Amino acid sequence: MTTVRRESRETAADAVSRGPSGRGPGRGGNRHRAEKPGASRRHRGQWSAWAFLAPVTVYLIAFYAWPLYRNIELSLREYTVRSFVQGGAPFAGLDNYREVIGHDTFWPAFGHTLLFTGVSIVFQFTIGMALAVFFVHHFPLSATLRALFLVPWLLPLIVSASTWSWMLNSESGIVNAALGLAGVDPVNWLTSPDYALWSVIIANIWIGIPFNLVVLYSGLQAIPAQIYEAAALDGVNGWQRFWRITFPLLRPVSAITLLLGLVYTLKVFDLIWIMTKGGPADASITLATWSYKLGFGNLLPEFGPGAAVGNLLIVIALIFGLIYIRIQRRQAAGS
Amino acid sequence: MKAYTAALLAITMAAGLTACGDNGGGDAASGSYTIWDPYPQFDDSSAWVTLLKKCGTDNGVTVERTGYDTTDLTNKALLAAQQGNSPDVLIVDNPVVSTLAEAGVLTDTGVTSLDTASIAPNILAAGQIEGKTFGVPIGANTLALYYNKAVLADAGVDPATITDWAGLTAALEKVKAKGRKGITFSAIGTEEGSFQFLPWYWGSGAQLTQLDSPQAVASLQLWADWVTKGLAPNSVLNNTQTTSWQEFATGDFAFGENGTWQLENAKKTGFEVGIIPIPSQAGGVAPAPTGGEFVSVPVQSDSARYDVSGKLVSCLTSNDNLLATDTTLSYIAPVAAVQQQQVAQNAALTVWVDAVNAAKGRTSDNLGTKYPKISEPLWTAFQASLSGSKPPQEALAAAQQTAASATK
Repeated sequence: MTTVRRESRETAADAVSRGPSGRGPGRGGNRHRAEKPGASRRHRGQWSAWAFLAPVTVYLIAFYAWPLYRNIELSLREYTVRSFVQGGAPFAGLDNYREVIGHDTFWPAFGHTLLFTGVSIVFQFTIGMALAVFFVHHFPLSATLRALFLVPWLLPLIVSASTWSWMLNSESGIVNAALGLAGVDPVNWLTSPDYALWSVIIANIWIGIPFNLVVLYSGLQAIPAQIYEAAALDGVNGWQRFWRITFPLLRPVSAITLLLGLVYTLKVFDLIWIMTKGGPADASITLATWSYKLGFGNLLPEFGPGAAVGNLLIVIALIFGLIYIRIQRRQAAGS
Repeated sequence: MKAYTAALLAITMAAGLTACGDNGGGDAASGSYTIWDPYPQFDDSSAWVTLLKKCGTDNGVTVERTGYDTTDLTNKALLAAQQGNSPDVLIVDNPVVSTLAEAGVLTDTGVTSLDTASIAPNILAAGQIEGKTFGVPIGANTLALYYNKAVLADAGVDPATITDWAGLTAALEKVKAKGRKGITFSAIGTEEGSFQFLPWYWGSGAQLTQLDSPQAVASLQLWADWVTKGLAPNSVLNNTQTTSWQEFATGDFAFGENGTWQLENAKKTGFEVGIIPIPSQAGGVAPAPTGGEFVSVPVQSDSARYDVSGKLVSCLTSNDNLLATDTTLSYIAPVAAVQQQQVAQNAALTVWVDAVNAAKGRTSDNLGTKYPKISEPLWTAFQASLSGSKPPQEALAAAQQTAASATK
């Protein structure tokens, strides 16, 4: 039982977390080559190793380290449009951060970000899990249906966000028309301060379900059928089967799904911007949209505070990343 | 040996990645001049681009033109200036001129010896800061009220009698009593919303320097009442000017507040459309904000380029070319003589010429870069009021507080 369990955990976690970063056998191979005897050969080997490393290093510096550094620098200086172009912006220390945190918009934006992220993830994950479990049983048309569930993921965000925006339009939206048929008064989905945030959350849940479905479904594939067979012989019911077998065996996959979902959701910008522009009057503003609004949403850009909000968002994502690593380590040590 | 070649290849690739950043603007010797404009709807075969190329060849240079989305262009221009890559000629939305001038990105007309004597002062004002002019307007547009003739006739309203707010509201009520919809506009929480609100704001006699004046409150009360009474739909809060036009084009609405640029679309609606100027509170035409672009010459490290750049601007803003360009763009010319020619060609433009002449730049009155800091609190205020979270008085008082501390 335990061996099977560890094996399945390995494969599922591998599929998700290691896939794109490509850690694994490659690194070990290189080390072997560098350790070959002979001074000149070793020298030459090192030089070519550095040369091979150069493109990726340059790439990382140019496209990751430098922008991040610039963003931190932007947030620590007091930029006006003039000093942005001509240079010479005075160093302001943490003034931008103080200004941003003391701003009337900060706590609403922070609260909305937490609510938006939390509610989105809970529903995306639950619905994604339910659908994944549902689709494990093969039945006629199950592949087609599963493919249909991927549609939100495949559509460009501008298309899905605009479509939601039309559907939820208070005047001519199909949702209000349907409510009207059922005898319910129209709801100002996008234009009422009470509903705007919930409307963007609903749209975001819809967009996030396929990601959760796909990752959890692939995790389910890795759970060996024998376990279910053995459990069936022992006479477990469906509920026990999910909570005693499926859910525990899916824990590593679930953790990475939740973490990725969290990072994606924290920084959701386009959906909210297209649907409500953070409005009405900041009723659906999040840190991501606020950062954009400060930097680009006005005729007169405020780069410093905009960058400060962006950096706060990165820090929040980083904290959750560290928490994830911690949990993963503890799990690895525990098993 | 193979390892060396591969290593060399890897280094060259890395070097190539870093090297492809620094190709500057056009080269003076090659006679190539760059122009950026916010008209991406025009491709190389369009009359506009043909005109650009012709102005280039007339002055012995080739023109390289790029069209950007107008919301993109400000940031593109700022970034290009930061990198020392500014285009030779930049055509940019009028409220942005003061921001770019403040950033030191644009030359004033003294440097490029451009003549702006014939330009209407109210249109030119948006590009003037402390006595200097930072570009030449290529055309102006503004807002007015489009109306659906059939809907008004059905409700027994004569549009000619609508000259003040009370008259307009009465007309909207009659239309609603007939089961049709009143008026649609854009009250979105961006500059676009402020642009649409200003005719009512200024039409009450309010000034942008005092957002919570009784006049200002009256103008916001007008909009808020329309929404609460159902004379305007709740969707105005999320309407851009384009979606507001789409609502009007359904044929259900009596009025739609929209701009000169919709004139061509007005012919395609399938119903008869008329236009009246936006009335002020007390009666008469309210000053609407001017829209439209300025042709400007960004600062270059090589000042020898200004001569030709100036000639390109003169060519684009010569009377003949203005007539052609403004007809294509569906704009009103900034020069009285050309306005007369436009009216002679198309009498329907008379309303628009009057509206443009009554219009006012948003950055005028020496507001300059203070305007954006006033506009944002203003749109936050009308969003709060129309969505019912704050009454007009309270919303505008908060806006005034924000604006005052931001423009100190």
